[in-house]
This record gives sequence, structure tokens and C-alpha cells, in this order.
Amino acid sequence: MSRRYDQSTTTFSPEGRLHQVEYAMEAINNAGTCVGIVDPNGNGIVLAAEKRVVSKLLAPSKISEKTYPIDDHICCLVAGFSSDAAILIQEARLGAQRYLYTYQEPVPVEQSVKSICNYKQSYTQFGGLRPFGVAFLFAGYDINNGFQLYQTDPSGNYSGWKATVIGQNNQAGKSILKTDYNETNLTPNNNNNENNNNNENPLTPSINLAIKILLKTMDSSTPDSSRFEITLLTKNKRDDNEVDVQYMKLNDKEIKYYLDGVVTEEEKKKKNEASTSSDI
Amino acid sequence: KRRRLTMADILLGVTGKDYVLLAADRSAARSIIVFKNDEDKILELDSHKLMATSGPQGDRTNFGEYIQRNLQLYNLANSVPLSTHGAANFARRELAEALRRSPWQVNSLIAGFDKKGPSLYYMDYMASMHKVDKAAHGYGAYFTLSVMDRYCVKDMSLEEGLSVLKKCIHELQTRFLLKCNSFILKVVDKDGTRIIDMDGNTVEPPKPKTFNKSDDSDSKADE
Repeated sequence: MSRRYDQSTTTFSPEGRLHQVEYAMEAINNAGTCVGIVDPNGNGIVLAAEKRVVSKLLAPSKISEKTYPIDDHICCLVAGFSSDAAILIQEARLGAQRYLYTYQEPVPVEQSVKSICNYKQSYTQFGGLRPFGVAFLFAGYDINNGFQLYQTDPSGNYSGWKATVIGQNNQAGKSILKTDYNETNLTPNNNNNENNNNNENPLTPSINLAIKILLKTMDSSTPDSSRFEITLLTKNKRDDNEVDVQYMKLNDKEIKYYLDGVVTEEEKKKKNEASTSSDI
Repeated sequence: KRRRLTMADILLGVTGKDYVLLAADRSAARSIIVFKNDEDKILELDSHKLMATSGPQGDRTNFGEYIQRNLQLYNLANSVPLSTHGAANFARRELAEALRRSPWQVNSLIAGFDKKGPSLYYMDYMASMHKVDKAAHGYGAYFTLSVMDRYCVKDMSLEEGLSVLKKCIHELQTRFLLKCNSFILKVVDKDGTRIIDMDGNTVEPPKPKTFNKSDDSDSKADE
């Protein structure tokens, strides 16, 4: 029935929907899962993603498949068509540098996100071109609002999140977040994981939660560290009271370390549950 | 097409512990004619920023209002305020881009209070800019900079800053050829911008005219 109204972006259906935009959003649901978690204690943001294309023949390169920096203080995770994403990322980078050129200070994160979203929206209204099949998780820091996480979708809408999941099986991921995302869980001292000592990175519990979510959303049950891409966004206070924002992509060894920690923890939990249930 | 850049406008600025004080003379004149003696050369760019401008009347008001309107737009469009540093650099960039096309002959002082505290930026018509603690533009600078150098100290209170400014104005009234009887003083601090007099008391700006019938004393409805 609505087939007649879904060929062009610029046509509303009789129910008042833009089918092309909705189909674009469906495309995202088949993409590799992306998780973003803002540490409730203000230590930073964890961005974790499942890499889809893993082959020994792939040339190892410094460029990642899912995570891209936009400026010194903003980076993003991509879910959807990489080629579409590349255009938008270039726009975002250009916008950030233009802002820096005019105001001599880093662009506030929301403004960068808003301009990308406006760009995306124009493809749902003008020109008869298809929308971008990309959803982003933008993570950044600015002096006014601290650490922020934004999700954007092909319609050009954006929203701010404390933690969210996009891509394949995101509903499963979101339900885990609903129970597990709280300050007590994500503060290192309260973390029950005995593999980590107290000098550990304060983002460790958030990293562990992100990995736990990805394990649930992945289609394979035997996770290999090469399937994960994890980036941490943190800040350092300098001597002159300025703030240095930095993002660090975890290397293979580090991912393996956290992954092993989480897998061991999960197995322990399963054993505990099995032993208590056998008491009944 | 070159117009002579007038240096007769006096602009002064001093930064203190938690405020910035700007002073500007109030005369608008051309050649040997004085048009008015109550010109306000200090614009409120937003709630916590001031910009004092000098130069030919057309350029001065045009540039000032252009920056002011763009900052208003920024405040409305974005949920975060622009810092003084950002605003000053934006203004400088506009001057710099126009410099080699159709330049504005406007000297300015931009003062603001933001998360980093009070700051004062000196900008001249060729788009050079410096962040400073004390500044002056025009002929007035020749007389007052030395006074400021002598009496300004770090982290001055508002009273101390005012006393320095009073000394500067006294110097101008004694030694500067052009009569400068009245100045407008504006201060910006954590509470925003306000007009003050020489003793530091807040001066109420004239209220805008209202058009309510009840305010109109000639209204026939009162009878």
C-alpha cells in the first residue's frame, strides 16, 4: 500500500511518514554494534565497537574501521555505510577547523553534532538524493558541558546520552545498560572484578561493561580481541590550568587484557548461579 | 576613498581582580563641529561583554553592531555562551578578512567576564589584537598609558581601578587640547555589565519609551 510513497525521500506517505528515511534507519540495525558509555564519575568516555570485517589478509593500518577523530577533543563511532560516513566525517572535521579559525577555541561538541545533523537532514528534504545510511556516536569534551555523548541517525535527529548502544542487537545492549549503568557499578573501588588492582585506569568498570555488552550483541560466542575496537576519551589538567583532552585507542594486548577479565568474571558468575540453583 | 582616521576618540580600559572597567569620551564631532556630547561608544555585546569602539561614526557603529548582532545570534543558536576570547577573535577575524577588501577604520577594546575571569582585548583597525591588563586608543593613549603604568597594580579592587581612571581623566583634562568633559564608564564583572559614575555608583540607563495609554498624560481616557 505504501509502496507508492517510498521511492522518493521527498514524498510523505499518507500516514505522514518518510519511508526512505525509515529504511535508512533500518540499514543501521544491520551494522556492527557500537557502544558509548560516559563514566558517571566524570573520568571520561568509553567507545567500543564490534568490527565486522576481520581477515588475516587485511593490511594492518593505523586507520580504524569504526572510530574516527573529528578534532583534538571530539571523536566518533560509525554504524552504517563507511563510505557515507567518510563524507560526513570530513564535513565535521572541516566545521571544527572553521570554528577554530574564527573563534580560536575548540568547537563545543553539541554545535559540531548539530551542524552534521543539519547536513544529514538536508538530504531528507532537498535534491531527491537518498539519505546518509549512517548513525554516529559522537563523544567529546568541552569546558562548558564536560564529557558528552551524542547519537545521530539518518533523519538528522540527535540526542544526548549517558550511555547507549546502536547497530545490531542494540535492544539487548540497551537492556543491559538499564540495569548495569549506575554510579556504584562503575566506580573502581566498588568493582567486584578481582583481576584488576586499585591502581587501574578509573574507566576500567566502564570498559568492562562495554565489553560485556558487545559480547551479548555479537553473533559469535567465542570472542577474539581482533573483533573489538575500543577508544577512551579522557582529560588531563595541565599546569597552566588548561585542559588537555586525549583519546587513546586500545591496542590488541590491552583489549585482550580487559576481555579476559570480563570473560573470566562472566564464567565465575555462571558458576555461582549454577551452584546456588543446585542447592534448591 | 581613504577617510582620515580620527584619533580624537578617547577609549580607556583597565582590568582588576574580578572586573574590567572601560571608559570612553562622549563627544561625536566632525571637523570643527560637535554634533553631540552624550554619545555612548561602549556597546553591550551580551550580558557579560562590552566593546568600546572609536573611529568615523559610520564604521564605528556599523562594525560594533555587526559584532553585537552576530554574538546575539550565537547566544540564541547555541546553548553555550561564547567566551570573551572567542568573541574577541571573531571580531578580529572579521576585521582581518575585510582589511584587504574594504577595511573598517575602527579601533576597539573588548572586555568580558567569563569562566576564566575578567579579560581585556586591545584591537586596532588593522586587526592586530592583544590581551592586556590596561589599554588606551587614540591621542588619549599618549597621555594616559604612562599614568596607568605608574598606578595600576595586579588584582586591583574596583575602587583602586576607578582611582586610576580618575587620574587618567584628570591628566586628559589638564593636558589634552580637545575638551573632554564627560566620559561614560562601564564595568563588567560576574554579575554582568553596568554603567557607573566616577564614584562607582551604578547609573540607571534611560528607560525606553513606552506606548501605554496610561503613561500618556495627555490621554483623554483619564478625564
